[in-house]
Amino acid sequence: MAPRKKTPAGATPATKTADGGATAGEAGVIGERDRVTLQKITDLAFNALAEVRRGKNPALSIPVRALSNVSFDQEAGLIRLGESRQSRNFFHLKQAKLFMQTFLIAEHCKKLIEAGATTSIRDIYYGAKHSVAGTKENTFEEQAESDPIIEDLEVTIDALREELHLRAENRGAMVGPMTIRDTGDTIDLRRMGSGGWSIPSIVEDNRIEFMKTEAEYILFIEKGAVWARLNEDRFWQKNNCMLLHGSGMAARGTRRLLRRMHEELKLPVYVLTDNDPWGFYIYSVIKQGSINLAYESMRMAVPQARFLGLMSSDAERFNLQPNVSMALKDEDSARIEQLMRYDWFAAKRWQEELALMKKTQKKYELEALSSRGIRFITEEYIPQKLRGRRGDSWLD
Amino acid sequence: MTTEALIQEPEAPKQGRRASAEAMGAKQRDISVSEFFTKNRHLLGFDNPAKALLTTIKEAVDNALDACEEAGILPTLDVTVEEVSDGRYRVRVEDNGPGIVKEQIPKIFAKLLYGSKFHRLRQSRGQQGIGISAAGMYGHLTTGRPVVVVSKIGKGRPAWRVEVRIDSRTNEPKQLNDKNDTVTWDKDHGTSVEIELMGLYRGGRTSVDAYLEQTVVANPHLELSYKPPKGPLVHFPRVSELLPPEAQEIKPHPHGVELGMLIKILHESGRKHVGQTLMEEFSRVTEAVANELCKRAGIDPNAVGSRVDAAKIEALHAAMVASNAALPPIKKFASKVARSDTNLREEVLEEGTGFSPTLADLVIRRAGLEPTLKAKLVTPMMVEKFYAALHESQVKILPPPANCIVPVGEALVMEGLRRRFKGEFFTSHTRPPAVYRGNPFVVEAGVAFGGTLSKDDSADVLRFANRVPLLYQPRACAIHEAVLKVDWKSYGLQQRKGELPVGPLAIFVHLASVWVPFTSEAKEAVAHYDEVVREIRLALMECGRKLGAWVKAQQAERWETQRKSLFEKYIVELAASIHSITKVSEESVKADFHNALPNHVRIAVAPVEGSAPAALEGAAEGAAEGAEAPTEEATSAGDSSPPPPPLRGAGRPSEMPPELSDDGDGNPFEDVTPGNKRQLVLKMRPKSGRK
Ligand SMILES: Nc1ncnc2c1ncn2[C@@H]1O[C@H](COP(=O)(O)OP(=O)(O)OP(=O)(O)O)[C@@H](O)[C@H]1O
Ligand SMILES: [Mg+2]
Repeated sequence: MAPRKKTPAGATPATKTADGGATAGEAGVIGERDRVTLQKITDLAFNALAEVRRGKNPALSIPVRALSNVSFDQEAGLIRLGESRQSRNFFHLKQAKLFMQTFLIAEHCKKLIEAGATTSIRDIYYGAKHSVAGTKENTFEEQAESDPIIEDLEVTIDALREELHLRAENRGAMVGPMTIRDTGDTIDLRRMGSGGWSIPSIVEDNRIEFMKTEAEYILFIEKGAVWARLNEDRFWQKNNCMLLHGSGMAARGTRRLLRRMHEELKLPVYVLTDNDPWGFYIYSVIKQGSINLAYESMRMAVPQARFLGLMSSDAERFNLQPNVSMALKDEDSARIEQLMRYDWFAAKRWQEELALMKKTQKKYELEALSSRGIRFITEEYIPQKLRGRRGDSWLD
Repeated sequence: MTTEALIQEPEAPKQGRRASAEAMGAKQRDISVSEFFTKNRHLLGFDNPAKALLTTIKEAVDNALDACEEAGILPTLDVTVEEVSDGRYRVRVEDNGPGIVKEQIPKIFAKLLYGSKFHRLRQSRGQQGIGISAAGMYGHLTTGRPVVVVSKIGKGRPAWRVEVRIDSRTNEPKQLNDKNDTVTWDKDHGTSVEIELMGLYRGGRTSVDAYLEQTVVANPHLELSYKPPKGPLVHFPRVSELLPPEAQEIKPHPHGVELGMLIKILHESGRKHVGQTLMEEFSRVTEAVANELCKRAGIDPNAVGSRVDAAKIEALHAAMVASNAALPPIKKFASKVARSDTNLREEVLEEGTGFSPTLADLVIRRAGLEPTLKAKLVTPMMVEKFYAALHESQVKILPPPANCIVPVGEALVMEGLRRRFKGEFFTSHTRPPAVYRGNPFVVEAGVAFGGTLSKDDSADVLRFANRVPLLYQPRACAIHEAVLKVDWKSYGLQQRKGELPVGPLAIFVHLASVWVPFTSEAKEAVAHYDEVVREIRLALMECGRKLGAWVKAQQAERWETQRKSLFEKYIVELAASIHSITKVSEESVKADFHNALPNHVRIAVAPVEGSAPAALEGAAEGAAEGAEAPTEEATSAGDSSPPPPPLRGAGRPSEMPPELSDDGDGNPFEDVTPGNKRQLVLKMRPKSGRK
């Protein structure tokens, strides 16, 4: 890896849109929102410098992103970040590099903001990667090193990822009876073919605007393959719903989009996942937020989201044969124990579901429903579940 | 050594024809000690040419040093080794000692078992009366040349010249030159011994050079000139002008006296009373002690010694040795016994020190128990009773007087090691006097570490007995055994089980005693007496502890240096980022960080030799709130701050941190925050100047 380039990429001051929302490549005056973020980054650097000038060990105070520092807010139905912070010092054997990396990322974000550009977190990884002066060591060896540093920076200076002009890779897709405007382009989500509209990482209202819709509810599906099946049957058309998938765990963009649609369009959200601990967890992240991103729960969680399935109790109700089940693995069992202890799975029905899974030692993939026929999921399972009663057909 | 015990069996009978008792009787006759040792020369250290050369020099040097010390003369020795022809060497050792009277010279140099040191208990190098005459005998045997002695006992006295050889059939000397031969000698007094022998001169661990170098280590008061067969003369000047204090002759100590010895003493005591005999024949036996010992044995102290019956003598012996027996802490012993498969007697012998089977049985019976009682059946109550019984049977006897032993001394051991090794760390320890088999002894140990000593080799073990280096038979030696028994790993060295430690280490062990228990007449290895091994171990452990603390402090210093360079590496990157964000000049940011660096890195002050640094340099308040980055002046003003905490692990050898770590509670590195009074700093100049 080459050493750091001397002339910074964003040396020429860039202009910004009025509201500070970053539109890639768009030139304009730096907006108020960006100005605030820039100030936070400069403050961080000056504080470190002031401390070191007094002979002190400069420290970053980073909110702890761990189970120990989150609490479940029963009333709001959210996971919230607690008060505890950890100190990252420069003069510390194991923290020196992390400290340096944090400032390296901060430096790059500042340049992005000044240039009015937005990049992916992969881009910034490459942008900040170079060899440490005079050594063969790299500032970052892999993206897995820079990603958490970005999150550290977000929480430390209390800036959103998009405020740092960063985005994640697109993940997840959506179709349904709605028209939107995506950075100026009008898109009819009814005409997206078999792949659907790819959900971007930044979906704030300055980029994505909701226009006309006939949808009555939102169905989020864990798996792209099952979503494709439903799209092929034009399930969204017949049932007047928005159909989303997350390719597994819902990415930030997908979660934020769900939240905005739920809030602004007043649409109920239903979640359909595999019947396994991981599927339950995906649901809980959409509903209450995650431990790691607890500081974002407020803007991403959908506390009213409902769990449609697959439930352990569905096996009997829908007469699924034992041979379409899978045996739990050790890690699944451990995960069940963990979930049972989380405050947000404390509700009686959830404890029953988890206990049942533990008891039967079985899990089911969504595709197991196909054992009852190719259109069973669209024609029988989902409609029946939607019609059913709370706590019985669906959980919340 | 009794030669009778070593008489060879009659020749093996030939098949079919067996010798008659008469035929055998005709062949049975005396064997002279010289004949015996001619055949068994390996027992005296003449088993190969290289060893023969060394042994010859060693015997002559030992004698010269003994004689000088006994006469109160600071020894000055000249050792010359020349190769006269291939494999044939002429050795000459000249001393400035008291000299030898004319009449004694032939016997001293050509009669085995003739000497002044055997019949006494006093610390000296020689003790058997064999050494020098054996060397002369070997020389004559291999070259046909006699021993040539020149000796003079005072100013104005003649310097007698004697050529003498041993008649090995009779063990009698034969002088070859005129009995009145004299030479002119510029010395006032002294002795010169010249022996010609077939030998081999070579280097290495068992070489003549190694022997002389080590002799100098253990004899700082010796001035030695050495002319090797090849190369220039080597001179070792005196390090200490002080002659070691004269070793006092002593009587045996009652601890561990053998039964046969006691019987002999009493039988030869004529009409004397038992109590009086005990007081006269043993050290540390006062009237009170003598009476108490007699009481335990059921003897009237006023009874005549030679009339006491065997059973009573045995009881007296038991009382004498009982006072030396010791047991581990009672709880430890009880739990060990409870888990044992053997019987009580076995456990006592195994766990206790100074117990003979007879003594063990005696004390067990006194406690009302059976020696063969299954150990598992022994209750804690019984153990208590046994301990009480031992206590009851013990008479308190003072350890032997210390003045009979003359150790080199801690300071001079270190001085000697320093002369021999270019190490970084030296330490030594002298144990208080102890006793084996009634003989007092003192163990001292020292270590040299680091520097030019080889890192990858096993430790160099220098063994000494009464200041004489022991070069051969390390594996047979109690010193070697004791070195192996020490857990050097806990002092930060590498050691495989049952092997010598590996590292840049030299180990010095000196056993000083009125009678050194050698494994053979060649005086090559110390016999394995429990008490001796134990004392050596304790001395080594003491040195090990000091070494371990030092090694750890060094390691901590290395880690600090690593930490420092790690910070320096990232300062470059960090300064670039902070410059880019703040627009403050990169150089100035760098300087700020470098200026703060000393506040956050600790490096130990160079330790005082012989002890580990218990503390680090205290830092000043210069780094306090609002102050400018501390300068050197500021940091050195910290004398008044309270003593800083010891380095991590110092004094806790087994807890060496396995790797660099800043984690965890109680990590001293974490305390390093400015303004903290416990703060510790490294005195160093920031790399870049202050802005
Ligand atoms: N250089 C010397 N100056 C004065 N006396 C000596 C000298 N060398 C030997 N002697 C005397 O000769 C005696 C015999 O010496 P020798 O070496 O044979 O036996 P040792 O030293 O008594 O015992 P060991 O057999 O253990 O050496 C000594 O005890 C000592 O009294
Ligand atoms: Mg001798």
